[in-house]
Amino acid sequence: MPGIKDATAVVGIGQTPFAKQLPESEKTLACRAILAALDDAGIAPSEVDGLASYTMEETDEVEVAKAVGLGDLTFFSKVGYGGGGSCATVAHLAAAVATGQATVGVAWRSRKRGSGPRPWKNTTVQLPTPAQWTRPFGLLRPADEIGMLARRYMHEYGATRDHLFNVALACRNRANQNPAAMMYERPLTREMYMTSRWISEPLCLFDNCLETDGALACVIVSAERARDCRQRPVYVHSAAQGLPAQHHGMVNYWNDDPLTGPAWTAARHLWKHADFTPDDVDVAQIYDAFTPLVPLSLEGYGFCGRGEGAAYTEGGALEIGGRLPLNTGGGGLSEAYVHGFNLINEGVKQLRGTSTAQVPGAATCLVTAGEGVPTSAILLRN
Amino acid sequence: MTEPLLTPVLDDDGAPFWGYAAQGELRIQACADCGELRFPPRPCCPHCRSFGSEWRRMSGLGRVWSYVVPHPPLLPAYAALAPYNAIVVELTEAPHIRLVGNLVTAPGAPLDSFPPDRIRIGARVRVVFGGEGLPQWVLDGRS
Ligand SMILES: [Zn+2]
Repeated sequence: MPGIKDATAVVGIGQTPFAKQLPESEKTLACRAILAALDDAGIAPSEVDGLASYTMEETDEVEVAKAVGLGDLTFFSKVGYGGGGSCATVAHLAAAVATGQATVGVAWRSRKRGSGPRPWKNTTVQLPTPAQWTRPFGLLRPADEIGMLARRYMHEYGATRDHLFNVALACRNRANQNPAAMMYERPLTREMYMTSRWISEPLCLFDNCLETDGALACVIVSAERARDCRQRPVYVHSAAQGLPAQHHGMVNYWNDDPLTGPAWTAARHLWKHADFTPDDVDVAQIYDAFTPLVPLSLEGYGFCGRGEGAAYTEGGALEIGGRLPLNTGGGGLSEAYVHGFNLINEGVKQLRGTSTAQVPGAATCLVTAGEGVPTSAILLRN
Repeated sequence: MTEPLLTPVLDDDGAPFWGYAAQGELRIQACADCGELRFPPRPCCPHCRSFGSEWRRMSGLGRVWSYVVPHPPLLPAYAALAPYNAIVVELTEAPHIRLVGNLVTAPGAPLDSFPPDRIRIGARVRVVFGGEGLPQWVLDGRS
């Protein structure tokens, strides 16, 4: 059966500055990121015939295409579930290009989450399910919903705040090496972490991602075409989405095993179609809207056993030189929170050898989307 | 002065739960054919695909499965009560049925009435109903 394995490659990446507040509109930022990615690839906008983004993206295909002068589009898709859709935008384009539905695909995300409204403050668009079972009781924000799972995780497996700090620190240390990161000049100490204000106990300020204005994009073409592009190709080796049976999103309290989430489902498919294993991953970009998602994802994607994700973070394992360097641009916690798209571009940078925190000789990278919601993941190789 | 707390936004599937809660009863949807409980309520049984359902009265006894203590920024009505607790309770007769709620000191007491540092996972709790028709939870004195 012909699959997508190494059939396509990311050949261009682009991004805007990241800041708490940028003056330009989301639409303008989207255009800038897309044009930057196409320029990086050396491909004319008129050659683009495929697009993919998130359902939460405010700028639609019509606006993007007419603004930056794309060609006739023959494939466009949007993926749901917020940050769970990040890697699926690349996966959809990889599938489209591999099957001939498009030849040049662009995935993007533009968001003014830094200066714009917080989604959870909108009380008029509460979905009847599952919000009726949670919001009246004051479980209002994603931090509260994930905090509930985090507390249970800590209780069952002996995970501590120091484990969550290990995650926050690794991301911050990488951001301190990345001039584009919002936290570039802001080191984090254990003292700062342990004395910071609570957001939703057991999660403190530093367990939560940044609030960012910014946009990113990447360009996907066939492996054959990629050889003629300006940049070293980064191949999409395997890709998967994951929505487990009886899953309930971030309020996943209503099945037999709430601590086994979408990562496990995506991982089974991802590794089934890959030529390598978790042991062969040189560097990872793990979705980190909240620190507890990292130990959960480490378990889900098979880097360690059930309940071992917290202990895995010990001894500098997530730092450069450690067992699994991750979020090498700083991640959502310390570079920028743009629904995980910066994790995709950072994965590409690592395999090009151009990261600001380069893992020597990195040849394989796992990129994941949000754990705790219907998710997606890709394996990249060079 | 402050805005009211949020009330449940009902849908066809959830309305019976809140109707029973307004009468002071904790009832959970069960399949009319295979008998399996399911929550949140939905039109069809995921076990046997039957569209028949009934609402089974529960003992109202459970244990704290997990909890959080939210701090601001929050919606104004909740910020006024913060820090408060939100808990997940697993029901004694069906541990896979879990309800989000609040641990309070007495029926109708506010969200912040129970000291957060006294909450323990595994604590036995019992459902009570305050004035608003929302289930609340108190420590079960019989444990
Ligand atoms: Zn049934």
